[in-house]
Amino acid sequence: MGPLWLLALIAGLSFFGFVLGHWKSVVLSGKGRSTLAARPGYYGAYVLIWTALPALLILVALSIAKPLLVEHTVRANLPEQVLANPTQLSLEVSGVEQVAAGLKLASAEELENIRIGVVTARSVFARHGLPLGEDVKPYQLIAASALNLVADGLDTAVDIAVVAALAFGLIFAFVRIKPRLRARNLVENTILALLIGASSVAILTTIGIVLSLLFQALQFFSMVSPISFYFGTVWDPRFAAAGSSESGQFGFLPLFWGTIYISFFAMLVAVPIGLFSAVYMAEYATSRVRSVAKPLIEILAGIPTIVYGFFALTTVGPLVRDFVAVPLGLGNSGNNVITAGLVMGIMIIPYVSSLSDDIFTAVPRSLRDGSLALGATRSETMRQVILPAALPGVVGAVLLAMSRAIGETMIVVLAAGVAANASLNPFAEMTTITVKIVNQLTGDLEFTSPQTLVAFALGITLFVITLGLNVLALTIVRKYREQYE
Amino acid sequence: MTETASRLPASRLGNPEVRALSKADIGLRRRYAAERRFRAYGLAAVTIAICFLLVLFGSIVSKGYTAFLQTRITMMVDFDPAIVAPDGDRSAAAVMSGNAFRFDDLIAASLQKTLEIDPNDEDGLYDALDLLSKGSAPMLRSMIANDPSLIGTKRTVDFYATGDVDAFIKGTIRADVPESQRLIKDKHIVLIDKLKQEGSLHLAFNTGLFTNGASTRPEMAGVGVALVGSLYMMLVVLVLSLPLGVAGSIYLEEFAPKNRWTDLIEVNINNLAAVPSIVYGLLGLAVFINFAHLPRSASLVGGLVLTLTTLPTIIITTRAALKAVPPSIREAGLGIGASKMQTVFHHVLPLAMPGVLTGTIIGLAHALGETAPLLMIGMKAFIVEYPATPFDPATALPTQIYMWATEPERAFTERTSAAIIILLVFLLAMNSIAIILRRAFERRW
Repeated sequence: MGPLWLLALIAGLSFFGFVLGHWKSVVLSGKGRSTLAARPGYYGAYVLIWTALPALLILVALSIAKPLLVEHTVRANLPEQVLANPTQLSLEVSGVEQVAAGLKLASAEELENIRIGVVTARSVFARHGLPLGEDVKPYQLIAASALNLVADGLDTAVDIAVVAALAFGLIFAFVRIKPRLRARNLVENTILALLIGASSVAILTTIGIVLSLLFQALQFFSMVSPISFYFGTVWDPRFAAAGSSESGQFGFLPLFWGTIYISFFAMLVAVPIGLFSAVYMAEYATSRVRSVAKPLIEILAGIPTIVYGFFALTTVGPLVRDFVAVPLGLGNSGNNVITAGLVMGIMIIPYVSSLSDDIFTAVPRSLRDGSLALGATRSETMRQVILPAALPGVVGAVLLAMSRAIGETMIVVLAAGVAANASLNPFAEMTTITVKIVNQLTGDLEFTSPQTLVAFALGITLFVITLGLNVLALTIVRKYREQYE
Repeated sequence: MTETASRLPASRLGNPEVRALSKADIGLRRRYAAERRFRAYGLAAVTIAICFLLVLFGSIVSKGYTAFLQTRITMMVDFDPAIVAPDGDRSAAAVMSGNAFRFDDLIAASLQKTLEIDPNDEDGLYDALDLLSKGSAPMLRSMIANDPSLIGTKRTVDFYATGDVDAFIKGTIRADVPESQRLIKDKHIVLIDKLKQEGSLHLAFNTGLFTNGASTRPEMAGVGVALVGSLYMMLVVLVLSLPLGVAGSIYLEEFAPKNRWTDLIEVNINNLAAVPSIVYGLLGLAVFINFAHLPRSASLVGGLVLTLTTLPTIIITTRAALKAVPPSIREAGLGIGASKMQTVFHHVLPLAMPGVLTGTIIGLAHALGETAPLLMIGMKAFIVEYPATPFDPATALPTQIYMWATEPERAFTERTSAAIIILLVFLLAMNSIAIILRRAFERRW
C-alpha cells in the first residue's frame, strides 16, 4: 500500500474509533449522563487519538528511515573500487536507483533474460520507457536488486506496523473506556502536547537551517580551506564537470564587496526617503493624507521582488546606462551597482518608513508637547527632541532594512550582473553573495563538488551576517521600547 | 515696551519696530524657513516614494497590457485524409507518429487558397508561412489526435501569428523604419494587408497566455502550468501553515509559561521572519531534495519550503489576534467551569479567527510572490504538460516570470509584463479579501 492509502486507512479507522468511543460511553452512562467523568465526545476523541497517533508516528518514523536504509544498502553492495572514489559516490547511488526503478518495470521473463545475459538490461529498460545514459554494469544490477529487496521489505514492514498499531490502539482505547476514565484530561493533555510540538517547529526550522547549511559547508571547507575562501580576492569557480577534481578559486571578498556596495546605495536611497516620509506622516500629514499615502507606500513592500528585478532589468538599467553611464564614460552595461541599489532602495523604503513611524509615535507625547510649549518649531522639536530620543530605534530600523538588502536575491540576480568585480566604479557590473548562490545551484547538481557546495558556505555566511544584524537590531529596538514603557 | 516684545507670541508682533527687534533676537524668519524646508523635504520624500510606485506600475502595465490581445490568423483548413492519414490509419497514435511535415502541407494548402498564391510560387508560399507560428503544425497534429473525426472535414482554425507579426500589428515594429532594420519585410507587409482585408488576420483575446505551458516560441508560451503549480503550492502552504501556525501561537500566547524555552522560541520566530528567503531555499534543497529524495521542481516541495518561510509571519499575526481578545472572555469561560482548553477553543479562537484569517491570507500573498527559494529547489524547468498532482514537476508564477525575464526576445518582455500583471492582480485580490474580512468581522472591544 502506498502512503496515501495508509493515510486514508488511518483517517477512516480513526473516525470509526471516534464513533465507537462515543457510542460506548453513551451506552455505559445509561440514560442520565451524570455518571460519566467527561462528555461523550471526549471518549470518542480518546479512542481517535489512540488509533491515529501511534500509527501516524510509525508511518512518519519509517518514512524518514527508509531513504537512509536504502542508501546504506546500496553502499553496502557497491564494490570497493567504486566506494574508493567519494566524489563519484552520489552519482553511482542515483545510477543504481535508476537501475532499480528499471528492474521493477521489467517482467519476470525479461529479468531472467537479463540474468543469463541474453539481452542487456539497458535495452529492456528502454523498451519500458526508461532510457539510460550508459550500459548497466553487473555490480549495479546486484546493488539494484538488493535495493529493491530492501525497499519492498520495508514497504511491507510499514504496512504491517501501521495496521498493527491501528488495531492495537483502537482496541486498547475502546476496552479502557469506563465511566470513571478522565477522558477530557487525557485528550486535553494530548492536544497540549501537539500545540507544544507545533510551536517548536520554529526551533526545528532554525536547527534545520543551521545543521543542513553547516553540514554541506563543512564538506566544502574540507576541500577549500576557510582562509582561502574568506580572504580570497578572486572568484573563479570554473565549471563543475561531473567527477572532475579540478577546482577553481573561491574568493569570498569580491562577492562581499558587491553585496555591501549595492546595499550601501540601497540605504542611500531608502534611509532619507524613508525617514523623511515617516517624519512627514508622524508630524505634518493630515489624517486624510496619511490614510491614503501610508498604504500606498506600504504597497511597495508587498510587491514581489521578482517584479522589482524585472523593472530594474528592463526600465531602470537601460535608463542608467544610456543617460548616465555611457555619457560619463564609466560603463556600458545595463547591469550595474547603481541600478540594483536604486531599485532595492525603493523596495526598502516602506521597511524604514513604517518602522520609524512606529518609533516616532512611541516617543512620549510629553516630550513633544514640552518642546513645542517652549516655542520650538515642529522641525526643531523633531530634530532636537524626538530624533535623539528615537535614535536607537531608528538605528534598529535601519539595521533591519540593511539585513533585508543584504539577503535580497531577485533584484540583484536580474540587475546586478554575474561578474565578480571588486571595483569602486558604481556603473560596473558587480555580483553579490545571493547571486552566486543562485548561479552555483543552477543546472546539474553534484553534491560532492566544491562548485555546488560553495553555495552552502555562502548561505551560512549570509545567514550569520543577517542573523547578527537582526539580533543587534531587535536588541536595540527592545531596549529602546523598554526605556519608554 | 521693547523689553516685553520678545516675550510676545509671533502673531502679535504687528509693530514693525517690534518685529525688527524680535527677528534680531530669535531669528524667526530663518527658523520658519528651516521649518518650511523641513516640511518640504518630508512632502518630497512621500511624493518620491509614491512616484516610484506609479512609475513601477506604469512601466509594467504599459509594457504588458498589449499581451492580453494576440494576433490570430483564421483560415479554412481541409483535413485531407490523403495527407493526414496516408496509410488509412486514423488512430491518434498514427496521427502522432509518421512524417510531422505533412501537417505543414495542410497549412500550406490553406494559405495558398486564402492568399491565392500560385501553387508553383514556392518563395511566395514560404513568405506566407513565415507569418504563422512555427508551433502551428504541432498544434494541428494534436488537434487531430484528440479528435480523429476531423479527418476528411473542412474547419476554420485559429492559428497564432509569429511574435514578430504580432508586434507589427500592435505597432511595436514600425513600418516607417528602413526595411533592412525591420524584422517584418515589405513582402510580409503586403501579405499581412491582404490577410487583414479578408478578415482572417485579427486581434483576439489571448486565452493561450492563461492556458498554455512553456514554449520556446513566445506566441505559444503561457502561464497555465505556472498557475496550476502556484495553486498547488498555495494549497500545500494553506493546509500546513494554518494549523501549524495557529496551534503554535495558541500555545505561545495562551499556555506557555514564561521561561527560557518560550523566550527562546519567541526570539527564534522573530529572527526567522527576517532570515533571507534564499536561505530557506537552501534548507529545502539540502533537506527535502538531497536528503529526503523528494522529486525536484515538484509543487509539494515548493509548498513545504514556502510553508517554512510563511510560518513566522502567520504566527506573529495570529498571536496579535489572540492578544486582542480581551481577558474578560477567558475569565468568563473559566468562571463558568470550562477548562482552559475549552475556553481557548470554544471562545477565544473563534473570536480571533478573523484576524487569523487575515494574517494567513497576507502570508499566502507573500508566499505567492516568493521566487528565490523556488529557484533553489529547481522550480524553473521547461514544463509543457499540466502537473496532475503536487508530486509532478511544475513551475510557479514568479519563477515563470524569472525565466521569461531572462529571455532576450522582445515578445517575451511583453509576456513577462503580462505575467507580472496577472501576479499582481492575484496579490491585489488576496489583499483586498484580507482587508474586507478585517473590515467585516473586526471587533473593537
